[in-house]
Amino acid sequence: MGILEGIVVLVFLLVGIFFNSLGVLSLYRFPDVYTRMHGATKCSTFGTLFTGFSVIVYSLFRYFSVGETRFLVLIIHTLVAMAILLVTNATGAHAIARAAHRSRIDPKFAVVDRLAEKEGRRRASL
Amino acid sequence: MGKEVGGLSITIFSWTVGIYAVLIVLIFGRLIAGPTIPDRAVALDTMNSLVVAIMIVLAAVYDSVVMEDIAVVYAGLSFVSTMFIARYIEGGM
Repeated sequence: MGILEGIVVLVFLLVGIFFNSLGVLSLYRFPDVYTRMHGATKCSTFGTLFTGFSVIVYSLFRYFSVGETRFLVLIIHTLVAMAILLVTNATGAHAIARAAHRSRIDPKFAVVDRLAEKEGRRRASL
Repeated sequence: MGKEVGGLSITIFSWTVGIYAVLIVLIFGRLIAGPTIPDRAVALDTMNSLVVAIMIVLAAVYDSVVMEDIAVVYAGLSFVSTMFIARYIEGGM
């Protein structure tokens, strides 16, 4: 029981650590704010979700072996935290992207910017 | 308490917390050297989600449900702060 639980938790946590590390790496490797946001937000959301899944699996194993209801409470609270993180990360990234485009920060290697043309302003670099 | 209940998983969780703390320290480079303000906001957002992950893991390590509630409130407050920063960058305030 202990070895199986450790292996499952380790696999979930390794997926979480891998994607969170990719998110941090994308903050350094990408050229401008939009691509950085793309990498960092997606990868950190996915990695944190898998970290929460590992805690849920651990609590399920504890509940079936020990049989105390506080592990079910831990599962429910973890699900609430993951749901809130899933909603707020995407919304916050969208708000930052909208604000960055409104404050006239250009995508670096893009060749066309339809939103800027639609709003009636030309990009400075085109 | 945690040691005799689930020894192997608790050890794995503790190492994960250490790795996430190293990742948060690495984000500080982009937070300081970001060329524009949205870069810094993105770095802060990533840091907040990593802190939530650390809180979720620590709730399993220390066997306390209260830390999950703190993680929920922290996620909500970081969302509000991100919205404020975005509105400030946009020039609406």
